[in-house]
Amino acid sequence: MIDLLWLIPALPFAGFLVLILAGSRLPRIVVAVLGAGSVGFSAVVACLIGIEFISSPLVKTSFTRTVWTWMSFEGFSPSTSFCLDSLSLLMVLVVTVVGFLIHLYSVEFMADDDAYHRYFAYMNLFVTAMLVLVLADNLMLLYLGWEGVGLCSYLLIGFWYKDPVNARAAMKAFVMTRIGDTGMIVGLFLLYNSLGTLEIHELMVRAVRDWPVGSVMATVAAALLLCGALGKSAQLPLQTWLPDAMAGPTPVSALIHAATMVTAGVYLIARTHELFALAPAVQAAVAVIGVATLLVAGFSALAQQDLKRVLAYSTISQIGYMFLALGVGAWSAAMFHFAIHAFFKSLLFLGAGAIIMSTHHEQNMFRLGGLRTQLPVTFWTFLAGAASLAALPLITSGFYSKDAILWYAWSSEKGSVWLWLGGVAGALLTSIYTFRMVFLIFFGEARTKVYKRPGTAMLVPLIVLAVLSMVAGFIELPHTLGDVRLFSGYLGAVLPPVPIPPGQASLEGILGIVAAAVSVVGICLAYLLFLKVPQIADRAASTLAGRALHRLWLEGCGFDWLYQRLLVFPFVTIARINRSDFIDFFYQLAAFLAEGLHQGLSATQTGRTRHYAVGIGVGALIIIGMAVWL
Amino acid sequence: MASVPMEHGLLLAGILFGLGFLGVLVRRNIVFMLMCVEIMLNAAALAFVAAGSRWAQPDGQVMFIFILTVAAAEVAVGLALVLQFYRGFRTVDMDAADRMRG
Repeated sequence: MIDLLWLIPALPFAGFLVLILAGSRLPRIVVAVLGAGSVGFSAVVACLIGIEFISSPLVKTSFTRTVWTWMSFEGFSPSTSFCLDSLSLLMVLVVTVVGFLIHLYSVEFMADDDAYHRYFAYMNLFVTAMLVLVLADNLMLLYLGWEGVGLCSYLLIGFWYKDPVNARAAMKAFVMTRIGDTGMIVGLFLLYNSLGTLEIHELMVRAVRDWPVGSVMATVAAALLLCGALGKSAQLPLQTWLPDAMAGPTPVSALIHAATMVTAGVYLIARTHELFALAPAVQAAVAVIGVATLLVAGFSALAQQDLKRVLAYSTISQIGYMFLALGVGAWSAAMFHFAIHAFFKSLLFLGAGAIIMSTHHEQNMFRLGGLRTQLPVTFWTFLAGAASLAALPLITSGFYSKDAILWYAWSSEKGSVWLWLGGVAGALLTSIYTFRMVFLIFFGEARTKVYKRPGTAMLVPLIVLAVLSMVAGFIELPHTLGDVRLFSGYLGAVLPPVPIPPGQASLEGILGIVAAAVSVVGICLAYLLFLKVPQIADRAASTLAGRALHRLWLEGCGFDWLYQRLLVFPFVTIARINRSDFIDFFYQLAAFLAEGLHQGLSATQTGRTRHYAVGIGVGALIIIGMAVWL
Repeated sequence: MASVPMEHGLLLAGILFGLGFLGVLVRRNIVFMLMCVEIMLNAAALAFVAAGSRWAQPDGQVMFIFILTVAAAEVAVGLALVLQFYRGFRTVDMDAADRMRG
C-alpha cells in the first residue's frame, strides 16, 4: 500500500486534467463527482497509507519513493520523489481530509455558478500542488508545489474575474507572495551552491556538519527561506494580500487562505528546522515577527465590518502564533496549532459561507443578526469553531494548542516573558473579536431575511469539522492536565522536543490558568461591549482618539497606505516620467516612417482597373526601354 | 508578288497595339474595354504574321491561330464576367468597381 504513495497527488491531478479538458461538455453532476471524488479517493488512500505507516517501524524514520528523475544537468539532478515521514503524513492527512470536506461543501455552494467545472479543476490542481509541496523530498520539487499553490491561489481569488476588484485582489496576492518567493529561490541557489544538494535530509545533515551555529552563511540562507515563508504565510511585512484575497469564493478562502496554503511557510520552517536552529538571530526574528503579526492582525480584526475580513485577519494572527512557536523552537507545538487551526478556521469559513449564501451575499456583520434560530446547525457549528479559535478552556482543541504555544513562549530557552505577554495579549484580542463576530451575527435582533437554508452537502462538512475542532486537541494535553503526548511523540522522529530549563516546569499550571482566564475574560468583554451594552463601544469609538484608532485598525494598521506611498507611488511616477524618454524617440521615428510609407503606398491602391492598367503599361515601357537602350 | 516590308507590318501592329491600350485606358465602358483588349491581341498576332513572312517560316501563322483561339476563349470568359458585373452593379462603368481601394 505504501508503494502507492504517488497515487495521493496523482488522483487530484487526474481529476484536474479531465475537468480542464472535457469539463465544459460534462453534465454538472459528473463534474461534481469527479471534482470531489478524486480528492475523496486521495483522502482514502492517504488514510490507508497513514495507518500502515504509523503501525510500521518506518514511523521512526522516513519512507522515500522516487517516481522519476525530473531533470539531469551536470550533476544537478533533482528527482520527482516523494518522502513520507510523520511531518509530511500529518500535512497530507490535513490537506486531503479537510480538502475533501471543502470540495464536498463546494458541490452545493457553487451549484449555481456557470463555471462549475473550472472551479473544480482549479481546486483539484491546488490540492495536487499542495500535496507535491508537502511530499517533496527535495527543495526543488517543494518549490514546484510552492509556485503551484501560488498559481492556484491567484486563479481562485480572481475566479469571478469579470469584476475588476477581484482581478486586482488576485494580482495583489500574486505580486506580494512573489516578493517573498524571490528571496526563497535565491536562498535555494545559495544552499545548492554552498552545500551541493537540494535533497532536504542530506541538506540538513551537511548544513549541521559544515556550518557552525550563528555562521553568516547559515543566517543568510535561513533569512532567505524565511522571506518565502513570510510571503506565503502572510506575515509582517508581507501580510496585506490576505484580507483582499477574500474576493474569491468562500470555500476557496477556507481551503487555501485558512487551512492549507498559508501554512506552507510554517511547514517550510519546520521542515528545515535544523537550518533555523543554526541561525539563532533569524529564529529570534521569526518569534518577534510572529508576535508583531498576531498583535497587528488581532487589532485589525477588532474593527472589521466584513465577516470574511475578520476571519482573514484572524488567520494572519493565528499563523503568527505558529511563527511564535517556531521562533522559540517549539516545532511540534507549531504543527499542532496548524492542524487544529486547519479544522476550526476552515469550519468558520464554511460557516461564514453558509451565512452568506443564506442571506443573499450579505457579508456586513452589522446588517446580519439574530440568525441563531433561523440557522441552528450553522449556529452551533460556528459556535464550536469560534470557541476553539477563542481557546475556550478545557473543552476545545484550540485551548490545548494555543496553551502549548504560550507555555513554550515563556519557558523555552529561546522564549521570554515579552513573547509570552504578546501572545497573551493576542489571545485576549482573539477571544474579543471572535465573540464580537458571534454576537453580531447570531444574537440581537434579526436584520436580514434568510432566503435559503444550507443543504446536506454543506452541513455534513460543518458537523465533521465542528467535532474535529472540539475533540482533536485531546491527543496532546499539558503535563498538569493529563499529560498526553500522542502528537509530539508521533512527530518526535522529525521534530525534536523543546528543551525546558529546570525550575520552569512548575509554572506550567499557573500559565495555563492565566491563558484560560484571559480567554474567558475576552468572551465576557465581547458580551458586554457588543451585546449587553453596545453604548460603551459606540461612545469609545466616537471620541477623537477612538475614531482615529478605528480607522487605523479598519485599514489593517495602515500597511496598504504605507506601501502605496512608499513603493507604488514612486514606481508609478518613475514609470510615467520614463514613458517619453530619448530612446523611445528612435522607435517612434521608425514607426512614423512606416506609417508614412504605408499612407503613400495605400494611396496607389485606388481600386480602379484602369489605374492599374496604366501601371502595367508604364512598367512595360520601362522594361522595354531598359532592354533596348541599356 | 511584291511582299510588304516587315517594317510596315510591325509599324501597323505597333499603332494598333497603342490604340488598343489607349482605348483600355480612356474608356470606362467595360464592353469597349474588352473590345480594345481584342484589338491589342490582334496587333500582337499581326506582328507574328509579319515576322513569319519575313523569314518564310510557318511558325508565325501557327501562333496567329493560337492567338485566335486564346482570344475566343478570352471573349467567352470576358463576356460572362461582363454579364455578372452588370448584374452586380447595374452599370457597365468599370470605375464603379473600386471596392478594393486602399
